[in-house]
Amino acid sequence: MIRFLTHRTLQGIVLILIVSMIGFTVINLAPGGPLSQYAMTPGMSQQDLDRIAHQMGLDRPIPVQYLDWLVNMVSGDWGKSYRDQSPVLDVVWRHMWATLLLMGTSTAIAVALGTLIGVLGALKRYSVFDYMATVGAMIALSIPTFWFGLVAIFFFSLELGWLPAGNMYTVGDQSFSDYAIHLIMPSIVLALVNVAIWSRYMRASTLDVMDQDYVRTARAKGLPRWRIVSAHIVRNALIPMITLAGLQLPTIIGGALVTETVFTWPGLGRLFIDSLGYNDYPVIMGLLMFSAILTVIGNFLADIGVALADPRIRLG
Amino acid sequence: MTAIPDPATRTRFAIFRGPRVRKFMRHRLAMIGLLTIIFLTLACFFGPYLLPYDELYIDLRARFSPPLTGSHILGTDPLGRDIAARLFSAGQISLTVGFTAMVLSTLIGTVIGVVAGYFGGWSRIGLMRIVDAFLSFPSIFLMLTLAAFLKPSPTMITLIIAVTSWMEVARIVEAEVRGQSSRDFTAAARMVGAPHWWIMGREILPNVIGPIIVAATLTVARAILLEAYISFLGYGIQPPLPSWGNMLNNAQQYLDSAPWLAIVPGVAITLAVTSFNFIGDGLRDALDARSVQ
Amino acid sequence: MTDPVLSVRDLRIRFRSGGRETQVVHGVDFDIRGGETLALVGESGSGKSVTSFALMRLLPEAPRCTIEGSVSMGGVNLLELSERRMAQVRGPRIAMIFQEPLTSLNPVHRVGDQIAEAIRFHRKMSKADIRARVIELLTLVGIPDPARRMHAYPGEMSGGMRQRVVIAMALALEPDLLIADEPTTALDVTVQAQILELLRQIQRATNMAMLFITHDFGVVAEIAERVMVMYAGRIVEQGSLADVLSNPRMPYTRGLLASVPRFEDAGLKTGPLGTIEGFVPSPDNLPAGCSFHPRCPHARPGICDGALPELAAHGAGAHLVRCARSDEPAFGAEPAEVS
Repeated sequence: MIRFLTHRTLQGIVLILIVSMIGFTVINLAPGGPLSQYAMTPGMSQQDLDRIAHQMGLDRPIPVQYLDWLVNMVSGDWGKSYRDQSPVLDVVWRHMWATLLLMGTSTAIAVALGTLIGVLGALKRYSVFDYMATVGAMIALSIPTFWFGLVAIFFFSLELGWLPAGNMYTVGDQSFSDYAIHLIMPSIVLALVNVAIWSRYMRASTLDVMDQDYVRTARAKGLPRWRIVSAHIVRNALIPMITLAGLQLPTIIGGALVTETVFTWPGLGRLFIDSLGYNDYPVIMGLLMFSAILTVIGNFLADIGVALADPRIRLG
Repeated sequence: MTAIPDPATRTRFAIFRGPRVRKFMRHRLAMIGLLTIIFLTLACFFGPYLLPYDELYIDLRARFSPPLTGSHILGTDPLGRDIAARLFSAGQISLTVGFTAMVLSTLIGTVIGVVAGYFGGWSRIGLMRIVDAFLSFPSIFLMLTLAAFLKPSPTMITLIIAVTSWMEVARIVEAEVRGQSSRDFTAAARMVGAPHWWIMGREILPNVIGPIIVAATLTVARAILLEAYISFLGYGIQPPLPSWGNMLNNAQQYLDSAPWLAIVPGVAITLAVTSFNFIGDGLRDALDARSVQ
Repeated sequence: MTDPVLSVRDLRIRFRSGGRETQVVHGVDFDIRGGETLALVGESGSGKSVTSFALMRLLPEAPRCTIEGSVSMGGVNLLELSERRMAQVRGPRIAMIFQEPLTSLNPVHRVGDQIAEAIRFHRKMSKADIRARVIELLTLVGIPDPARRMHAYPGEMSGGMRQRVVIAMALALEPDLLIADEPTTALDVTVQAQILELLRQIQRATNMAMLFITHDFGVVAEIAERVMVMYAGRIVEQGSLADVLSNPRMPYTRGLLASVPRFEDAGLKTGPLGTIEGFVPSPDNLPAGCSFHPRCPHARPGICDGALPELAAHGAGAHLVRCARSDEPAFGAEPAEVS
């Protein structure tokens, strides 16, 4: 177990390194380069630009810049935002909570609904419900998240007036219920795709478990049906889902980005879009790294979760 | 006794044989998807000839006309441009971008997958680590970063989508090839001294073409979605050139007064993407070696 | 004689798959009495496991599988019970142990909990009492240090130990009938002997009836009082252990016996260690007449390929044989030409 986790940690570090190289190369090879922001300032001469480039160390070869950046990043210095000179790590930290709240709520909804639909579909295989769930999942996977958000806003905010059209809270209110009511629509919109994915995998996993000998043993013991389903089918079928949850993290983060844009949610996704608009390279790079680190941590937690849930892996 | 055909020739063209075609035709959703795509494509490429306006014609007196007013079947946008005309012309771009990006990313993914699966060892580990790395951050982040710094022409957007969506294909192909490489006819080809490229191209590739076709179909769906995402966020296809994604770009601010601006292109995207997903599902059922006896 | 614990009459089982229906069991009748062990013997594909699963109603549900006939226990036809009522029968009335000890326990639950679960849903007992009972059961099936081992996961136990846990689970509610579906097939020979000895002891102590499914006559000789031989979904020979093993009248039974090494020198004139030519026929393509005749060394055209022979009494006792030629005097003496 310890060896396994050490191995996975090393893998994660290698992964983050490769991601950082890809990200760094992309940003620095872009035609504008990090200086494009200054180049647009009126009255900037080429000499001024060269001077700034030299000050920022941008005239050095890219591998050297990369190593420099890497050393700083590891020591906790992720650079300063071009926009307001505040440290990138602080900026990311400030926006992180809104995103984690949205992603957490949404994932909880997706897991609950997806599990339910998947298990019911498997138990009633080839039924009308199962067929509808299959087709529904394929359609849900095809609807652009942002458009689903727009349609939801149109109906539930503009037409019906039940829910706020955006933002995380009402200025001056900020009570728990105020947060909750702002959270409903974006978290459901973000959950849609994941309900579809989760229910498909859960269905397959449940069907797999239903054929196992130990389910037959449980029936032979004369257990009531609900107990067989909960303790012997769903309990075991959920184990591979933990790994899936880890692997789905990038999709959820990507979905959060557009959802935040549509619902003006003050999280990392909005921060990313805004930073793109300002050519705020340090923040963009920081967010790329942050999402990669989050994914690696997520997969690592998923590995631990699987080990906790499955004695075969824990003791093996 | 019937003669047992040589395994290579037996499997090479098997996927195009009758039972598989029939199985695909029986897949009701896939047929619906196929017909929808044919209809959409015809509409987008020939529809403009049937409309009185072109997609760039600005009629400021007819701004924000709701659908079915006068000669504007689907209404007009904030500049008074005909939405139907824009939708068709946008469809040409979105479908072309989606299809071309699929071809490119399938090529990239297939080459990387075949090389990694065929040679194994370090080349496999190295290439698959890169696949993992690409998969471990949201592709939309990478895409937006690229799109924001590069000149976002349709060609560039296609390239950007292609370089960020080849990983699935690479994974599938790698796994299939790894299984194929150990099979007898590959070993036989190797024994007679056939060059690597010949074995990969002539012996292995034809046998993994089924999963590639399935993955490619699903990649079209994905590429159309991705184009919509980046164009919606303003980093994709740039106006005045319309795409299904950028038609939605400003729709949110007019959601209250002109909801059709958001509804119409969204329905088109969902229709196209759903259709490709349905077709992919049908192809998977039809081409899956395990499902046809 | 006491009333039978379980009475099976005209049991017929059909499976449906892809619009095609296949009958795999064609009218099986038998009784089991308390304290008795009845062995059900046959090759794989003979329908013996399907029969045993049907008694427990563990086969797939209605459209995919139809069970007809009657399985009576205490005057109730189990085939007519609702699933909920049937669940109350499984455990306290009939329990079952399976062929694959490695996969019949849920890997994510502790073995003690899995035994406790079998008790908890049938008896109102306190947690402490259930715990005590679990330890008692584990002791009974010969698991050392039960108070500690009850916390183990199946993955931490050997196949033999896991099979003991499955047996403990089946015995938890002292069932009237225990169905053992090849419980020793997957185990080492030494472990096999231990498990058989354990089952025999328990049966002696509790007067439980046992239906023992196997393909191995060696096991039959060790454990059974009565034997039923099944072929292609029908019973082809039935009788006491002595009847069937020492005086087999059905050529199929002889073939099976001849393929068991240790019966060679048990007075049977079988020549070298034999196998039965050919394969069990596919259930949707049974030969006309006696299902065994294409493989039978004694088959005679006009006799064996015409009408299906009845399961008829041979001699005075309860020895039943389904063979058109079993009463021909020359037939018994003639050495079985199995190669």
